[in-house]
Amino acid sequence: MVDLTRRFDVLVIGGGNAALCAAISARRAGASVLVLEGAPKFYRGGNTRHTRNMRCAHDAATEILTGPYTEEEFWNDLLLVTGGQTDEQLARFMIHESKDILNWIVEQGVRWQPSLGGTLSLGRTNSFFLGGGRAMLNALYRTAEELGVDILYDAEVIDLNIEHGMFLSAQLKQPVGGRTEVRASTLVAAAGGFEANIEWLKQYWGEAADNFLIRGTPYNRGAILKMLLAKGVQDIGDPTQCHAVAIDARAPKFDGGIITRHDSVVFGIVVNKHAERFYDEGEDIWPKRYAIWGRLVAAQPDQIAYIIFDSTVVTSFMPTLFPPIAGATIAELAGKLELDAAALEKTITDFNAAVQPGTFDHTILDDCRTEGITPPKTHWARKIETPPYLAYPVRPGITFTYLGTRVNKQSRMLMKDGKPSANMFAAGEIMAGNVLGKGYAAGIGMTIGSVFGRVAGREAAKNARN
Amino acid sequence: MHGTRTLQEADRLMTVCNSCRYCEGLCAVFPAMEMRRAFSDGDLNYLANLCHSCGACYTDCQFSPPHEFNVNVPKTLAVARAESYAAYAWPHAFSGAFARNGLVISLIAALSVAAFIFGFAAINDRGVLTGIHTGPGAFYRLMPHNVMALLFGAALLYAILALAMGVRAFWRDIGEPVGMTTDAKSLLQAVRDAGELRYLDGGGVGCFNEDDQPTDRRKLYHHFTFYGFLLCFAATCVGTLYHYLLAREAPYAWWDLPVVLGTLGGVGLVIGPIGLLSEKWKRDRALVDEQARGMDTAFILMLFLTSITGLALLLWRESAAMGPLLALHLGVVFALFITMPYGKFVHGIYRFVALVRYARERQMMAE
Repeated sequence: MVDLTRRFDVLVIGGGNAALCAAISARRAGASVLVLEGAPKFYRGGNTRHTRNMRCAHDAATEILTGPYTEEEFWNDLLLVTGGQTDEQLARFMIHESKDILNWIVEQGVRWQPSLGGTLSLGRTNSFFLGGGRAMLNALYRTAEELGVDILYDAEVIDLNIEHGMFLSAQLKQPVGGRTEVRASTLVAAAGGFEANIEWLKQYWGEAADNFLIRGTPYNRGAILKMLLAKGVQDIGDPTQCHAVAIDARAPKFDGGIITRHDSVVFGIVVNKHAERFYDEGEDIWPKRYAIWGRLVAAQPDQIAYIIFDSTVVTSFMPTLFPPIAGATIAELAGKLELDAAALEKTITDFNAAVQPGTFDHTILDDCRTEGITPPKTHWARKIETPPYLAYPVRPGITFTYLGTRVNKQSRMLMKDGKPSANMFAAGEIMAGNVLGKGYAAGIGMTIGSVFGRVAGREAAKNARN
Repeated sequence: MHGTRTLQEADRLMTVCNSCRYCEGLCAVFPAMEMRRAFSDGDLNYLANLCHSCGACYTDCQFSPPHEFNVNVPKTLAVARAESYAAYAWPHAFSGAFARNGLVISLIAALSVAAFIFGFAAINDRGVLTGIHTGPGAFYRLMPHNVMALLFGAALLYAILALAMGVRAFWRDIGEPVGMTTDAKSLLQAVRDAGELRYLDGGGVGCFNEDDQPTDRRKLYHHFTFYGFLLCFAATCVGTLYHYLLAREAPYAWWDLPVVLGTLGGVGLVIGPIGLLSEKWKRDRALVDEQARGMDTAFILMLFLTSITGLALLLWRESAAMGPLLALHLGVVFALFITMPYGKFVHGIYRFVALVRYARERQMMAE
């Protein structure tokens, strides 16, 4: 039993990578630590459950990384994906710290493995967790428990008592035991974004948000973020921004994770519910294209689209969870997708007629392109003409949101007046917007979580001692 | 469509796993899965027998129950594995022995023990059964050596034949041409992988059994059991060679090779099965194929009885208890031999064959 009458040195709200790194580093620094995870034990860890790797800088190849990835290269990649929307000082600090995280996280029980099959492009930059994100999380929890960190599940925080930027206590609500006031000298907020809060998403996306699928657990509701912003913490990041990819429309509303994704866009065309193409499917190589299609589909009527291809390319991409929908003719396929058959036939006929001869190579920006149609398909364009014709229905799959709390290099929250909070820290998705103003690079969310989690825990422990 | 509901479910899971692949580094099952996009019955039986049931993929899976995807690979493959034993059993008429295996094995064991006791009593007068016999050839006063050798040789040969026919069916089902000479390299790799239980370690940290704390206990107890069994078998072989080549008759002195091997093996075969049973007892029910509990328990108990009766015979061989103990030990061993093709023993055979196949596949992929 956890003694909730005592005053803890550090209270960590959240239960993912950032929260556990904070709890472990605070505990290792000698602090007493309580972790409040709002989800039940099985769903602990928010989006960390679904992750698989982390992007860390390193000066030489390691056992599992194929070559060096310097701080400068990491910084340039970040600059590229964010279009400059990043806090350079914080970002460079994070990148520098990420080098040591490669080892530190192993000391916390996490194990690495070489990049997974089908992810060769990440073999040099990203370290993969052996067994995936939940295995990583399990290791962190085991370590935290061994160190004597107190952990509660189904522990919903319904209010924060904050005065003049100083955290005093949290109102805890549990299924058994009811409400309790939890006191602590410092607070680490690591409770993620609000991607599972459809009502909140609707503020920016309107009714379209009803058609969004959420890739993580239903527990990422942003309650802590909302409380902090309401109590004077400075915000950062565009609230309308979220990381969205195209995922199978047959996926569950929540927690479908990585396996519902589709990366077959380049091998065919994508049409909306009017059976019309709406964007260049051959614009760019993975992973850049991967991250834009969620938003593209979100902008289409009813937030639905269909990737259409033919039987010649079925084995060109990873096997999918849901089988493609098949038709012996375009009209039959259109019928199954409930699309207008004549319209789909016209779209495909026009597309096929526009395809220019070329040499197909999906690993480079090849010379297979269309001419004379709008939008064009600028690479990898090949005729769709070999039945059966196949399709995947896709919808926007929301991974995480960008709105967060402003922090400094100590991971300490900044208040609206620009002053640092007396005793409040933030780590992980809840402050990712400091580094990641927009866009995404694979594995960077975990880097943000581990680096700032570790820093937040250390600083909170130091703060509690003073 | 697959032949059984279990294989249907295994196919569903492999489709889920193949679109995720996070568990790729944990064992041999997932890399083998990744070499395929669709799964035949044979493929699934191959994967099922490749699985060592370490449980890591269940603990690590973000989609395991209560998640709606309900991904429970260790349990599903355990069920598929047990069903594959019955499917490959030879002659097929005996495949039913797997369904109520605990009962079948205990009946056969009890009958064999009774047969030996009555047999001893019938050919000899009662005084011989409970008499004290010492010196070379003491055992054979109860049963002539040639009769013993013939009986056990026949039982062993039958077991080998039935197992070979089962392996043939399995080998064919997983798509390998029958009679193909397996290359030495794959065979050697499989011997190494099986010998060190390479894939019973959760990808390096150990197995998951009763909770999410990895441990190496199951591996350790299995080593005790397996190497104990091998030592006991070696003891029997050396004894047979002594008899026919050197004309030296049992019982042998405590320092003689057959006794040393048998005693070491017997000790391993006491510690190992007790450990395995206790691990099985504690095991998280979510990972367990409840249907196969009887089969698992029966086999472990038979091994335990083999060693315990053997050790008892060693201890009391110079007393009046020798006759009944010899009947007990021979009865248990006889039952163990003839039920080998129809119980948990086959897991080692099929898993080894699957490991050979895996080593071959890996090699072919590398080329």
